[in-house]
Parts: sequence; structure tokens; C-alpha cells
Amino acid sequence: MSANELGSTSTTGLKKVRRLPAEVSILGVLIGIAIVFEILGWYVVGESFLANKQRLSIIVLQVAVIGIIAVGVTQVIITGGVDLSSGSMVGLIAMVAASFAQTAINSRAVFLQPEWSQFGFSWFIDSSPLWAIAAGLLLGLLLGFVNGFIIAKSGIPPFIATLGMMVSVRGLAKWYTEGQPVALLSQDFAWLGQSFEVWGFPVPRTVIIFFIVAIICHVALSYTRYGKFTYAIGANPLAARVSGIDIGKHLIKVYAVAGMLSGLAGVMLAARAQSGQPNMGVAFELDAIAATVIGGTSLAGGVGRITGTVIGTIILGVVTSGFTFLKVGAYYQEIVKGMIIVTAVIIDVQRQKRKSRA
Amino acid sequence: MTPVVSPTTMKAVRESGAVPGSEFLLEVEDVRKEFPGVVALDNVRLTLKRGTVHALMGENGAGKSTLMKILAGIYTPDSGTFKLRGQVIRLKSPLDALENGIAMIHQELNLMGPMTVAENIWIRREPKNRFGLIDHGKMRHMTEELFRRLDIDIDPEIKIGKLSVASRQMVEIAKAVSFNSDVLIMDEPTSALTDKEVTHLFKIIRSLKSEGKGIIYITHKMNELFEIADEVSVFRDGHYIATKAAGEVTRDDIIRMMVGREITQMFPKETVPIGDVVLSVKGLTLKGVFHDISFDLRAGEILGLAGLVGSGRSNVAETIFGVTPASSGTIHINGKEVTIASPAVAMRHGMAFLTEDRKETGCFLLLDIQDNAQMAVLQNRYAKFGFVQQNKLTKDAAAMSNKLRVRTPDMHEPIINLSGGNQQKVLIARWLLTEPKILILDEPTRGIDVGAKAEIHRLISQLAGQGVAVIMISSEMPEVLGMSDRIMVLHEGRMTGILDRKDADQVKIMELASH
Repeated sequence: MSANELGSTSTTGLKKVRRLPAEVSILGVLIGIAIVFEILGWYVVGESFLANKQRLSIIVLQVAVIGIIAVGVTQVIITGGVDLSSGSMVGLIAMVAASFAQTAINSRAVFLQPEWSQFGFSWFIDSSPLWAIAAGLLLGLLLGFVNGFIIAKSGIPPFIATLGMMVSVRGLAKWYTEGQPVALLSQDFAWLGQSFEVWGFPVPRTVIIFFIVAIICHVALSYTRYGKFTYAIGANPLAARVSGIDIGKHLIKVYAVAGMLSGLAGVMLAARAQSGQPNMGVAFELDAIAATVIGGTSLAGGVGRITGTVIGTIILGVVTSGFTFLKVGAYYQEIVKGMIIVTAVIIDVQRQKRKSRA
Repeated sequence: MTPVVSPTTMKAVRESGAVPGSEFLLEVEDVRKEFPGVVALDNVRLTLKRGTVHALMGENGAGKSTLMKILAGIYTPDSGTFKLRGQVIRLKSPLDALENGIAMIHQELNLMGPMTVAENIWIRREPKNRFGLIDHGKMRHMTEELFRRLDIDIDPEIKIGKLSVASRQMVEIAKAVSFNSDVLIMDEPTSALTDKEVTHLFKIIRSLKSEGKGIIYITHKMNELFEIADEVSVFRDGHYIATKAAGEVTRDDIIRMMVGREITQMFPKETVPIGDVVLSVKGLTLKGVFHDISFDLRAGEILGLAGLVGSGRSNVAETIFGVTPASSGTIHINGKEVTIASPAVAMRHGMAFLTEDRKETGCFLLLDIQDNAQMAVLQNRYAKFGFVQQNKLTKDAAAMSNKLRVRTPDMHEPIINLSGGNQQKVLIARWLLTEPKILILDEPTRGIDVGAKAEIHRLISQLAGQGVAVIMISSEMPEVLGMSDRIMVLHEGRMTGILDRKDADQVKIMELASH
């Protein structure tokens, strides 16, 4: 479609302006940060930051888990809401998935205690990893559905609803095995979290999953009805309702998807760590939200893209890894990380302001 | 190079009462303003004499609001000179403008819902007591004084959110007047007002004139112009065309200057065969809002819905469309009883609804024109397995947008960059894309210029000719009388009468609307 089709309305010589996609500025920030670390690397430690396969592989792995969560959180934030329960869900679902992927009877999962064996759960020991994956995804979907349902029907702010979920689910994760980790997982399950070689470069399978998820969600947001309605609800819920959108039903879908993706992240984490621990995923929701916001999604809703979130996640990963590389103390790391998040968002907000009316 | 005078100096001059010898209160020359992709103002000029009302006319997108926003300090011009009382000034912010003595009443109301009338008027200027805290009693007193002076009857303690759109507009007007500025800019101040309130506003304007103030008055309504303005300037496509004394120019002259060609008919009402009853409403009631509304609507018919602001017309429309389901009563569509539980259900029955307030419930301001235009039709069409058939949809939306003459270089332009009237056209396009059988329009031509108004009226008549049944809520008497086959009048939530086209006139409608 071109300006030619609208030619008859243009009597003023209104010119069509090519706009650069929003991601360009965020990509610029990413490249800038990487270059800064590279230079600092030579200066401080005497070696290259980027030209190290192992380090890149680790960055990419950290990025993948947060990224899977962030992709779901992005959709939630676009509707004008937020999901604080992602991290806790990761913890619970890592535990649950791990418990379905065990190899020894010597386990602590509640449902595998002798009193419960009447339900036949012991059948899952040494079983196909598909059960663990399915259990994880379904549980995530269910918890996300509950989030969405509460928000849609009661009208309480998403912040509060997901905050409650965050606290309760973390409690569930600890209750599940009375605080004990679940270990000795099957090799088939662990395979999911491992890497394979591509031209001498180790690629974690988690990353492949991340990219597939990101592509699917990007396509959904950009090309489907579901995506258009998501943006509409965030931009103007009243107008969305008048246009025929069933806001309650849609929000339930969005939160359910976010929950399922948190579940997927939990499964991947358990596979990679070959265990499930009740404190897994702590503060992951904050990283996911930070990545989303750095990527150009507005907390007010109506604006945001998956491509931006992916770049935002990578920025976060590069920064964390960069600091470790430069042997910066952990405390300094957190202080500066917070400042970087704020700076990246300020840059993006300035760009938005310049784009619309000045 | 004349030195720029600072706002503090300006303030001192005004307070001293000294009147610098200058015929013109405001002189604006060679103003240019560009936005990404659009030249909004191309070397325009404007002058304002003391104690006069200067009307500014032009089609949507002609640049009127843009120039006013520059004068009010909201935008900065790319170039231009501004002289206030003969002194050159530079306006860098809305605060600057206010301190220099320029106040503006915007087309889109800028009030804060959860705060009271008094709080809204005096914000940033609240009277403080000796502890430095806000003196609410004094603030209420000041508001009452102001309202007494302007003969306005609104409770200062009521929250803005609870007021009707017309009352909110009166509060905006009072707020602007309270700045005691020399220049008052009014951007379509009567769009939400009924005739009674318009007369009231004109009284206020005349008293301001006698105090020596200058008023720039943007409107699309010709009759208002001839009633209140002393001079009129016309803009077209960002260019200044001419300034004439109001007594020396005719309606057609102005239209010709605005549009560049003749427009002969304002309301092209064609006689259209009226078909069967498509919508039948009986005893429709929404507790506490409206009561016992009953009427039949036929294919090809245009039913005007008249009444004072606050009479419940929009509420009735919202209930029929499912936004707020009724407490009791029945709705039949094509003879079958239906329960309209939500807008989606209404749409499935072939209904469409253009809301009254495009900013609040119409436009997705963060999205572009394409997204705004397609949002309703996507509910039931143009999607395969959930995937949007974007190519087809873009083509059809562009065609509709062309048909309505929406002024834009690009369908991906953020809708917030369009003028109010063009935004309205996009919303009309949104609903027309759904090919409705029953079309409910709530103030469809509010904030739309003469040329576009005629186009939209022609379009509505065309749709009626194709068998669409139309309900048109309008506070503009000429529009209601010119377009409707029958006119239903509401008063405080009740039907006071249904007039046939041939029996209806302004007096009868006002009578029914007031009792």
C-alpha cells in the first residue's frame, strides 16, 4: 500500500516520511554497551570480552530463560497490566517438572510419598521427559488462567492480583517438597537444557526454544487478531469494548499465555540445572519486566514489540556478564544495572516524544 | 532587530495599567510549523484588535488549532514573529503564554475527572492560608464569585467526572476567563453546548469585549460566526487566505475561501423508500438513567434523537448497543427478540455505534490510522484462523478513508497527529467497514468543518438509500431538522415525543426537550 492510493486526498504536498523501526535505537544501545565492555575488557583484564565462545554461550543461556518469560510478560504489559508472579511460577514449576523427571525412588516430592503412591504417581519415575514438560506447561497455563480470571472478573489491579499469586506460589514451591530440592533427574530430561555444537560453537537448546517462542509470539502480536486486540486493550480499554472486544476473555488468554511461558522457563531451568530447587527463579519477574521495558514496551500499555524485548533481554544479559567479566563486585553490579535500565528507558522515551507531536 | 520583551516585563506593564499605543492586541506574521511528514503552517499571519472577536475558519487540517496551540505556548513554531500589544514576545511554554496574558479553551477538554470544579479552575493558583496549605473555603468562595460574574450555575464542590460534557465545557470557559488575560482563544467552544448555553457564552463574550479583551474564535458553525464575530480570517491547507470584516462577507464567500470551490447543498436529504421495521424497542429502561423508551426503526429511515445535554440520549444508544445492558424492556431485531449483552452481540446483529467522545471512547490514540480503522471489523471478518488478512483489509480501509476524504499522507501515521475532524472521519470509517444494517451515530459531525460535514451527511443519506437504518443523536438543530425522517425527543430520560419531518420545527423540538 502506498501514498499513491491516497493521492486524491493529498492536495497540500504532504510528504510521506520513512520512519526507522523502533528497534534501531535499542539495537544501537546494545551494540554500544557491547563495544564499551570490549574496550574496557582490554584495558582492565587484558582480554577480549566478546571473542570467547564459552562466555558468549553462558550469556546466551542466561538470556534465554529470562527471555522466555519476558516474551509472555511483554504481552501482559502491552494490555496495560503487569505480571509479578513469573519468578515464583518458575520456581514451583521447576520443582514440579523435576519431580516428574526423577530417576530414583529416593525422592521427597509429596506426591511420591508412600501414602500417595496409591494414585500411581510412582509410574512417572524414569518416564519420558514429555510428562515433565506437559506437567510444567499445563500448570503454568492453569496458574496464568487464574491470574487472568481474577483480574478480569474482580477488576482488581493486575499488580495486586499477580503479587498475591507470586507470594502464594512461592509458598507452594516450598510446601511441595517441604523445602528440599529434587535431584537425580533423568538424562533424557537433562538433554533439553544442554548444548549442541554448531561450527565449534556451543548452542544451548534453551536458546533455540527461546527463539521459537519469540518468533511465534512476534507473529501472533503483529499478524493475528489476538495481537491487534492486545494492543487495543492497552491503548484504550473503553474504545476496545465499544469496538466489540471481549476484554475479560482476552485478558484471561494473555495472562494464561504468560503463565505458560513462565512454566516453560521453569522446565528449561530444571533441565539445565538437572534439579528443582524451591528458590529457583527469585527476582526473575523483575529481570523480565526490566528487559521488556528496556526493549521499548511502555508500562502504560498499547506500545511494545517482541523484537524490542529480545534485544532488551540481550542487553541485560550482556551487562550482567560484562560486569562479572570485569570482576566488578556484586554490589556494584546491582547498583549500576539499575541505572542502566533507567537510562535505556529514558533514551527510548525521548525517541517516542520526538516521533509524535513536538 | 526589536528586542524580545520578557514575560515579567509584560506582566508589570499590564498590571501598571499602561496601554502601549498599538491598534492591534496581537500580531502574528510568517509563522511556519512542520511536523514529521506534514507542513502544518506555511507562513500564516493573524491580527487581533482590542475589544473584538476574530473568527478563524478553515477545513480540518487547515492549521487553525496548530496556530492556536503555538499562541498558547504548547508548540514552538519553526519560525515567525509574535507581537503582543506592539511588543515582540517569544512563548516557550503554556506558562509563558498565560503570564503574557494569553489563555486558551481547547477543543478537547483538559479537565481532571477526580478533582472538583474549584480545584480544576484554580490549579497551580490555589489560595493558601497562613500555614501555606490550600484554603478550600476561600477557593470555593472565589469560584462562586467567578460563577456569579459569569452567571454560571454549577456547584464548585462537585467532581468534574460527574458533570455532563456541556457543564465541563462551561467550567473550561470559566477557567480561561479567570486568568483575566487580554487574549482569549476559544477552539470550538460550543461543540458540546446546547442553544441555551451558547447564548450564555455569547453574553460572556460580549462583556469580555466591552472590557477591551480580544477573542480568537475557532468554529465551523457559520451562524455563530455571523452572530458574534467582528472579523473573520480563513486558512486553507496551512496557508493564510484572507481576513474580512464579518459584515462585508457572505456565507458562500467564506466557504469558497475555505474550500476553493462552491458548495451548494448543506443537507442533501434524498427521499428514500422506507422499508420494514428492523429495530423495535419497547419499554427500554435503565434504572436511574432513562425510563420506558419505545420506538420502531425502519430500513432506510433516519431517526433523529434530540434533547438537551444530559437528557439520556447517549445512554439509550449505549444500552441498545450493549455497552450498558438494560434493566428492563425488550429489543427486537427483524421481528426476533434479542438480548444485547455486549457490543460484540450488537455487532453480530448488524449494529454499529459511533460514540460521542472520540478522545475517551473512540480513538486508540497510541495506534496508527490503519489500526484504528480496522479494529471493529476485525471482530467478525478479515481473519483466517486468527490471522489478519492485512492486504485486503488495508486496501479496503484505504478506500474507505479516501471516500471520507481523510487528510493523511500515510495510513501508518499515528492517529494522534490528525486533526479532531479527521480523527472523527477515521472512526466513521471504522464503523462503515463493518457494513452495518443499523447505524447509531452520536454527534457524528461534532468538530467537523463545513465541507466534510456535507460529505458525511451525503454519505448518511446514501447509506439510508441502501437500506441502512440510522439513529442520529445531534444537538445541532439544523442538522436534526435537515437529515431526519422522524425526530424523537428526550427530556430527563423520558420520551416526550416523536415528530414527523414535515411537522417538526425548532420551536416544537425545544419545547419537547425542555418539559
